[in-house]
This record gives sequence, structure tokens and C-alpha cells, in this order.
Amino acid sequence: MATQHSRTAARLMISPAVILLLAWMIVPLALTIYFSFLRYNLLMPGTEAWTGWTNYYYFVTDPSFTDAIWNTLALVGGVLIITVGGGTLFALLLDRPMWGQGIVRILVIAPFFVMPTVSGLVWKNMFMNPVNGIFGHIATSFGFEPFDFFGQAPMASIIWIVSWQWLPFATLILLTALQSLDSEQLEAAEMDGASWLNRFWFIMLPHLARAITVVILIQTIFLLSIFAEILVTTNGGPGTATTNLTYLIYVQSLLQYDVGAGSAGGVIAIILANIVAIFLMRMIGKNLDA
Amino acid sequence: MGRITLEQVTKSFGEVDVIRPLDLSIEDGEFVVFVGPSGCGKSTLLRLIAGLEDVSSGRIEIDGQDATELPPAKRGLAMVFQSYALYPHMSVRKNIAFPLRMAKMDKAEQDRKVEQAAAVLNLGDYLDRRPGQLSGGQRQRVAIGRAIVREPAAFLFDEPLSNLDAALRVGMRLEISELHKRLTTTMVYVTHDQVEAMTMADKIVVLRAGNIEQVGSPLDLYRRPLNEFVAGFIGSPKMNLLKGAEAAKDNAATIGIRPEHIGISSDGGEWAGKVGVSEHLGSDTFFHVHCDGMAEPITVRSGGEVDFHRGDQVYLTPDPAQLHRFDDKGLRIE
Repeated sequence: MATQHSRTAARLMISPAVILLLAWMIVPLALTIYFSFLRYNLLMPGTEAWTGWTNYYYFVTDPSFTDAIWNTLALVGGVLIITVGGGTLFALLLDRPMWGQGIVRILVIAPFFVMPTVSGLVWKNMFMNPVNGIFGHIATSFGFEPFDFFGQAPMASIIWIVSWQWLPFATLILLTALQSLDSEQLEAAEMDGASWLNRFWFIMLPHLARAITVVILIQTIFLLSIFAEILVTTNGGPGTATTNLTYLIYVQSLLQYDVGAGSAGGVIAIILANIVAIFLMRMIGKNLDA
Repeated sequence: MGRITLEQVTKSFGEVDVIRPLDLSIEDGEFVVFVGPSGCGKSTLLRLIAGLEDVSSGRIEIDGQDATELPPAKRGLAMVFQSYALYPHMSVRKNIAFPLRMAKMDKAEQDRKVEQAAAVLNLGDYLDRRPGQLSGGQRQRVAIGRAIVREPAAFLFDEPLSNLDAALRVGMRLEISELHKRLTTTMVYVTHDQVEAMTMADKIVVLRAGNIEQVGSPLDLYRRPLNEFVAGFIGSPKMNLLKGAEAAKDNAATIGIRPEHIGISSDGGEWAGKVGVSEHLGSDTFFHVHCDGMAEPITVRSGGEVDFHRGDQVYLTPDPAQLHRFDDKGLRIE
């Protein structure tokens, strides 16, 4: 039959791409898992040996591991709160007709195009630096002591920088969602006696629920692996104050040359990311079905 | 109570005058229909009354009180939108209760009113469904229910039936008329469908390009159109409008004669012509007759059993008592 035939042909045609993608994923994953069970230190070449769960044991019992988990959660949670909240506000503002709308919208989206390392350095040196930064200058000109952002509030500073980068993404998605809201619904609510706050709470926010879900899901996936901003600003410090899981893995494998422990950390990160993903899907997946 | 008065109301969007200075009074309990071709400003006029648009100048009074500057919620009017504008994430019950909830009415009272409205509109079985699970007609009824519970001074309908299929439209037309009889609340209804206008209205307001062309009862408009536009707009099929020599015979620039006021026969009459297209509706037949010396074909209505074919020689005789005469400005000559 023609359909049977074309189906076979389709599978045949698509298989190279699928096999390539699969190999692309499976090979590094398999290697990581394999390394994680080896005693594998770059400073001692030729001494690789099977060690079982030892790498996992040392990685998990390392005191900086607990710190890293909490830091990761704080980073992801903080950025999500700021970007979803701020994104909604920006979307509401940009949805209003105003002069120069096109330019303003492009300006709002601009931070998204700045590379993470660049934005990290710009914020670190030009804004938050107590001596050279603008914030320091402003504080001094008013007679206050300049605030040492990365010394006093390192995590909050990193959260701020990452939020600045991700705010445009949230704004863009929420703005599009807001524009798809039927204006007659808002007018009907207005006739029904709903104040602006009521209209926002009862009409706009439920309409935005799906878009907010998408923003949270996509951002969480990317925020779990934030690395460049930490590397160029605080190097994970002071102490372990800004070390997240990604950065801890980097420290293990590339600063301490312990590839085995680094791989064990990588596997733990994969498992944690999947737990978060399943959890999120369960929690907000209902929103996507409706 | 629901008396609405407009005095010298205008509305312009930038350079464009959508509503020219306009006076209109709507009496308590009246069913008023705004009708006109698309872009005539009828929906804008309704939105001005609702308060969803600000007037550029003029005054709107509701029940004798100046409402020109009042926000929509304070005017005591309820509106049913063309798209129904139901809140998709709320159940039918919550949709209907929404205005009451906004008015901070207590829960028991809300429930009672919702049940009452649902009973009136036969929505009892659907109260816990979402709007997405309802058919077009049911959604329409929910939208009306949401309007009813507020017990407004007047209902405003913005082309509420245009998204429904033909059969449902006839049914909803009757239901809305029935509702008006029962509630005796003022209703203002916007449509471009003259059948809706003719069947439902106590008073029709014909609009064109932001001007009121004529206000009157449906039959008034049908029998005595004040100008050529109303004559051509009200009535289906359209009135035949003749210019030139035929009109000059009656001392007018244009004469109008409705299709049902022309006799058709094969033996003799005033105008001779050949049958063009004929539309057989069963009960009626409409013939388009190409008469000698006239540019446009004349539409003639006759009984369903009359049988002429394309190309047949026929003679038409207009009823002189039913002739409408218009001067060169298009105004009616008595």
C-alpha cells in the first residue's frame, strides 16, 4: 500500500537525523556516567581505577554541596520572581498605546542580546563597583558610604544581573499574551463594574496564566545552569556564597582537576534538573492542558 | 427606569467625524434598534451611550441625570457584545455572578439571582460548564444572563446575533423580543440586519455616515421613508428607484415603488419589458424585469404560482397610490 510504503520511507529518511541526535546526547551522557565511577584526576594520569560510589560520596558530603544546592534554588527562585513580576508590569506598560512604541519595545528587548559575560562585567565594573561604579558615585555624591555589592550582598547582586538579562524574555512573551486578550472581555468587565485591579486579577491574570507557565518552565531550565555571570563577577565567592551547582562542578573538575568527582556532580545535576522538570510539569502542566 | 437622551452628541477619531451632531431620545421601556450600513457609526453610538468611548461634545442623560462624564460601571447599563465577551476561565455560574461579585453582594443573594436568571434563560443545566463547552446560542444566553442579573436601567446589544447561524438567529430573535416583553426594560439594539430591525423594534433609528436619516416605527419607515436612502435601505428586496423620464412624469427627481406594489401580466400594462432572472422562493417569486428605456432592471414580487421564463415579454403596472416621490436632494415629496 502507498501509505505503508510512504511511512517506511519517511522513517528511513528521518533516521539519520534521529540517530545523530541520539548519539549526540547518549555518548557524552554515557561518558559522564562512566567517569563518575572512576578515580580520575588530571594531575595523576595513568592511575584511573574503578572506585564505585566514592566520587558520589565525597561530592555529596562536601560542605559546599549543600551551599550550592541552596544557592541554586535562591538564584532560580529569585530571578523567576523578579522576571515574572517585572515582566508582567512591563508588558502592561508596553501594551498601552504611546509615542515611540516601536523604539521603546526594541530598547526593552535589548538586554537579551547582550552576552552573559559582557553583561556580568559591565554590571560588575561600571555599576556595582564601589570605587568606579555609578552606584558608588551616586552614593558618594549624596554623602553616603558606597555599598560594596559583591562583598556585602553577592547573591542578590548576581540575581539582579541575571534578572536584568531575562526580564526582556518574560516581558516579550507576556506582552504577546496580553495583546491576544479580547478587548471586549475587558470592556465587558468594565461595564460589570470591575475596577482596574479587579480586571487585572480576574481577567488579565488568568489569561496570562499559560504564558507565565511557559516563562517559568523555559527560564528554570536555563537558570539552573547559570555559570558565566558567576565566573566573571564573584568566582563563586566570597567563600561559597555564590557557588551554584554548575559552578561547583566546574571547581571540582577544572580547578581541582578531579574529573571523577566533577562527573559525579554532573550526574547529580542531571537528576536534580529532571526532578525539578517533572515537578514543574506536574504542578503547572494542568495549566497547559486547559 | 431607562430614559436615555442624547443632545448634540458628536464623536470624532482624529480628523474623522464618526458621529455628527445628533439628538435622540429613547423612552423608558422602548426597544430601539440602530440600523445602517457598515461604518455608519451605529456601534460607536452604542459605545458612547455605554460610556466605553468619550463623546467629543454634547450631552448624554440617563433617567434625567447627566451621564456624559460617568464611567461605564456607574451608568447602570448592561451590554451584550458581538463576541459575547464571556470570561473563558470562569464557569457559567461565575460569569453570570461576576457583576454581582464586583458589586460586593453577599453570596446567598448572588446565588439566588444567578438561579433566577438561569431559569429565565434555560441555562440551569449548564451552570457549572465553561463557556468553551457551550454552543453559540448558549453562550449568547449566558451573555444575556450576565446582563440581566444587574437589573440595569437599559440593555445595550451590539450585533449580538451576527455570529449565529441563520436558524439559531431566528430563535434568539424571538427570545430577545420575548425577554423584552417580560422585563419591560429599555433595550437598545445595534444591527445591520434589517429583518432584525423590522421584527424586533418599537422604534428604528436609521443611521448613515454618522447622521440620523430617520426615526420611526418599523411600518412608518416602510410606508413613509423620509428620503431616498431610507427608502432603499428598508425593505427586502430593495425598493425600485427610477430616475429620468419616468420620474419627471410624476414631477419628481426620483420615484420609488416597492416590488410588491407592481402588477405583472402578459397582456398589457404601463411598462413593457423582458423577464431576466427570476428567483423562486416557493411562496413568492421575484422577477427582475428589463424594461424598455430604463437602465436598471425592475424587481417585481408576485405569487409563487405565477410562472414566467427568461426572455418572456411582460407588462408591469405600478400602483399609483403606493408611489414614493423624491426631489433632487433625495427628500420625500408629499
